[in-house]
Amino acid sequence: MSGLPGFLIDDRLHFPSCPSQGGQRFLVEMAAPLTLLLVLAVTIRAALFRSSLAELIAERVEVVSPITAWKRVVEGLALLDLGVSPYSGDVFHETPLIIYLFHFVVDYAEITFMLADVITAVALYMAVKDYNKQVFRKQKFALEADRYPLDCLELIRSPKEMYYIPLKVAMFYLLNPFTILSCVAKSTCGLNNAVVALFIFSTIKGNTLLSAIFLCLATYQSIYPLTLCAPAMLYLMQRQYIPVNFRRASFWWFIAQYLFMYLGSLFVLICLSFFLLGSWDYMPSVYGFILSVPDLTPNIGLFWYFFAEMFEHFRLFFLCVFQINVFFYTIPLSVKLKEHPVFLIFMQLAVISIFKSYPTVGDIALYMAFLPVWSHLYRFLRNTFLVSCVLLACSTLFPVLWHLWIYAGSANSNFYYAITLLFNVAQVGQPGRSQRRLLIESLTETPCSPLRKSQNEKSY
Amino acid sequence: MAAHRCCFPVWLFILCSFSLFIIAGSQETTVAPEQHASVLDNPQTAAETAEQTAGESGGVEERRWEGTEVRDAAAQKQAEPAVLQPTPQPKDDFQEELVVRPLHSGDIYASFQFRTLWETDFMRGNKVSHYRLFPKSLGQVISKFSVRELHISFTQGYWRTMQWGQPYLPSPPGAELWVWFQDSVTDVDATWKELTNVLSGIFCASLNFIDSTNTVQPSASFKPLGIGNVTDHRFLRYATLPREIVCTENLTPWKKLLPCGSKAGLAVLLKSEKLFHSSFHSQAVHIRPVCQDWQCKTTSWELRQTLNVVFDLHNSGQGKREWSLFKMFSRTLTEACPLASSSKIYIDITDNPEGEQFELSPATSLLSQAMVLGDRRTFSVYDLTQQDTFGSVRSLNLLIRWKSTEGDMLRPLLHAERYVAGYGLQTGEIHTLMYNHHPYRSFPVLLLDSVPWYLRLYIHTLTVTSKGKDNKPSYIHYQPSKDRVRPHLLEMLVQLPPNSVTEVTVQFERALLKWTEYTPDPNHGFYVGSSVISSLVPSTVAMDTNSTRERPLFSSFFPCKEESSYFVRVYTEPLLVNLPTPDFSMPYNVICLTCTVVAVGYGSLYNLLTRSFQIEEPSPGLAKRIANVIRKMRGFPGTMG
Repeated sequence: MSGLPGFLIDDRLHFPSCPSQGGQRFLVEMAAPLTLLLVLAVTIRAALFRSSLAELIAERVEVVSPITAWKRVVEGLALLDLGVSPYSGDVFHETPLIIYLFHFVVDYAEITFMLADVITAVALYMAVKDYNKQVFRKQKFALEADRYPLDCLELIRSPKEMYYIPLKVAMFYLLNPFTILSCVAKSTCGLNNAVVALFIFSTIKGNTLLSAIFLCLATYQSIYPLTLCAPAMLYLMQRQYIPVNFRRASFWWFIAQYLFMYLGSLFVLICLSFFLLGSWDYMPSVYGFILSVPDLTPNIGLFWYFFAEMFEHFRLFFLCVFQINVFFYTIPLSVKLKEHPVFLIFMQLAVISIFKSYPTVGDIALYMAFLPVWSHLYRFLRNTFLVSCVLLACSTLFPVLWHLWIYAGSANSNFYYAITLLFNVAQVGQPGRSQRRLLIESLTETPCSPLRKSQNEKSY
Repeated sequence: MAAHRCCFPVWLFILCSFSLFIIAGSQETTVAPEQHASVLDNPQTAAETAEQTAGESGGVEERRWEGTEVRDAAAQKQAEPAVLQPTPQPKDDFQEELVVRPLHSGDIYASFQFRTLWETDFMRGNKVSHYRLFPKSLGQVISKFSVRELHISFTQGYWRTMQWGQPYLPSPPGAELWVWFQDSVTDVDATWKELTNVLSGIFCASLNFIDSTNTVQPSASFKPLGIGNVTDHRFLRYATLPREIVCTENLTPWKKLLPCGSKAGLAVLLKSEKLFHSSFHSQAVHIRPVCQDWQCKTTSWELRQTLNVVFDLHNSGQGKREWSLFKMFSRTLTEACPLASSSKIYIDITDNPEGEQFELSPATSLLSQAMVLGDRRTFSVYDLTQQDTFGSVRSLNLLIRWKSTEGDMLRPLLHAERYVAGYGLQTGEIHTLMYNHHPYRSFPVLLLDSVPWYLRLYIHTLTVTSKGKDNKPSYIHYQPSKDRVRPHLLEMLVQLPPNSVTEVTVQFERALLKWTEYTPDPNHGFYVGSSVISSLVPSTVAMDTNSTRERPLFSSFFPCKEESSYFVRVYTEPLLVNLPTPDFSMPYNVICLTCTVVAVGYGSLYNLLTRSFQIEEPSPGLAKRIANVIRKMRGFPGTMG
């Protein structure tokens, strides 16, 4: 035993969520604040649905995109009622499953969207709790094996602070104004978030089949979650103690298994959509629309103004350059972060929400919910204050400059564009900075690095 | 689908009555007497009325009635839609006429029609190479593109229905083109594209701007006006260019299509400096196949060139309310076109039976009566083929001198208007108001709206209300738009209750376009073509059931078919809609700035992916560092910790 103080081992290793003892009690203890949080969140949303603000919010371009706008879903339903294929026009771009879902629940749309938010929050809550348990177990082993250098002790997480992290995650999601706006606008982004959250939950629980199915649903909804495939496989392999080694058969066998389940369910979904509508019209209308960005309605992303001002003969080139950004970082990030698949999921979500073609604030809310998970590393963040101020200022300036441009006519498009640009600069730093702090963390946690060993020996 | 099927008889009827009104307008037609005896009834009635009028006016002059026939619609239905001349006649035939209608607003409406009829067949593979009266350029267009019917109009100004009544030939502001192709055409879109380009050259107009983004295929509003009952709207193309400006360069090629050019006949009057100094100007070309005889064994091609002008003499008349041919057109007539088989001028004197409103000189004794737009109109006729029309001065200068300014016009039974509501550049709402002024009868109208793709219509926001109540359309044909490919098409059959306003509203969203897609004057706005409202309107004649006319009692109980309703097409105003614009001056800046942000994102990720973290050794003090340097210089390996 090195110079580790005794209280550390005594206090910190007693993690209350240990299933062997007091599981029942814990459930009751934790369920109360969560329920309270859910009730509060639902109340806020219900109140906003009833207010006159709901209509205003539903029109906001920051909150709804041409894909996720509720108005367009209703339009799709109206077209279906008229006997016109919803995909014959360029108004409706949601997937066939969504339109059939709302064909039945259109009268309960508000409840559906609140439910989606609740599902997302609960799934994230459970997932993070499970993840924390594992982190804590790992930390315990490391402590017992005496692998932590003394100067890193302050990074060791105490059960007390970890205890509230799942609740914080749920709170960050449910009470985030971005999520609330998105829900009140009935943006279908909330449903996508729920699917992604369920995917994360089932992955962390280690259920390979459900993970593949939910990932496939998320991909089906908006292509981009495709990149979450890599972290999911990494995590599941880590959990099943399959080494990430290209020369091992077990590695390839697992990959094949997962991809088979993923592609199989994707195939089923696509065929199901085909049989629901009887045509392949939806493929260009949904996926072609996402990839080729024909609709230049302003949003908080980088695409709209860039492609409005693009020279026609360069359009395809820059389209590829911009779209590749989402997929491009997957492999290097997976290599770099293969020990931290959950963090990789977070990174991928952030990259998607920044570089996707029609981003909304709902996408940002999803990855922001993960911030509390790594809260113990905040000290390594740089410019936190500046970045949060910029994000906050931009969020308030969006409606102001929109009003000046569209309604007052005293500003032009450049004003709004400038704000989106600033917003994205602030966001672009986010994954990078988060990763930075995680890398530092991984450095402190890397047990067998020779450098670390020597350092330890030298110090003590 | 059921609604569509129900519509078909209605449409057949519309078709028949429309052709009736056209034929009634062209005065030369005669009917084989054995065809239907009932036809004789009407001229007789008319003659009676004429006698009566003549008697009342104290026998100022003896008026002759031209052998006009107002035809029975029912009989019309039995025969082919367009029954024409009996067989013995030249291979081709040319007629010209001018109708002048003094409007109640004090304006003058002059409508020219030139009709060329040619017994030939452009189809069936035989090459037509010898052209006489029919313009060769159009003949080649018909045969090359397998056109069944072609209607093109260029209009400057907007027809004010509430002030001027219905026009003889309605047309929307800008250019309008609709074509029915033969069913032998395989690639209709390609043919249409080529045809518009060719027509663009023929008429010196920007018809080449017609592409798939402003072309629609109406399912019910535009039916063939000639023979043939093909109603498969795959062979129909309809497009409008509301922005098109009509001027001299369009008039000159149009005049060149006339057999006499502008050298002789009525076309002498068509001088552009006067024609375009008017409130409304519309020129059109209509080509359609018609029957040669009532058995319709062979078909002929009819080319109808029309030109409608409304002169605002009230303003330019130096205080005096009078007009003459010379004042309007700065020319007088000296002869008919030598190639024309008939050349006539009609002056509408219905409101002026005893000359109390205006005085017409030189006076003519020839009168004619026709059913025009559901109303029985009386015309003074000047036959230019008769030498005595020109009198001793060898020139005809018609003169109308107004005596009184009062007199009210019968309100048009159907009229429509349209506007955009809402503020800001994000969303908006199109309101279309349709007025039914009939005191007790409701009638259905077909509304056609073609809206460009950059105004994204939300069909679920469509509301139709009349008299404060929801008025559900019995038939809706909606084709949503495709970005940069095709416009929205909305067709509805709406029943207009009597004496009511029906309001159709639909919301739209304004799209942000690529900077190259804007017109050179983007802040002027974008035009949306007129809505087209087609309807069978109960006629004004049938409106007074308590008929004041002297008619036998047995003939007036059931409404007479020919008078019961008539076909009307009303065009609303085109809309001018503003769209949000990007800043056109800074594509380079935007490309640079956005790329910078993406590069920053890439850079920060790249940085972190390639960077490896090291624990920083606590930096040694200055003395130690110097000592290390000295050690190195002296050749000792390693450093001191």
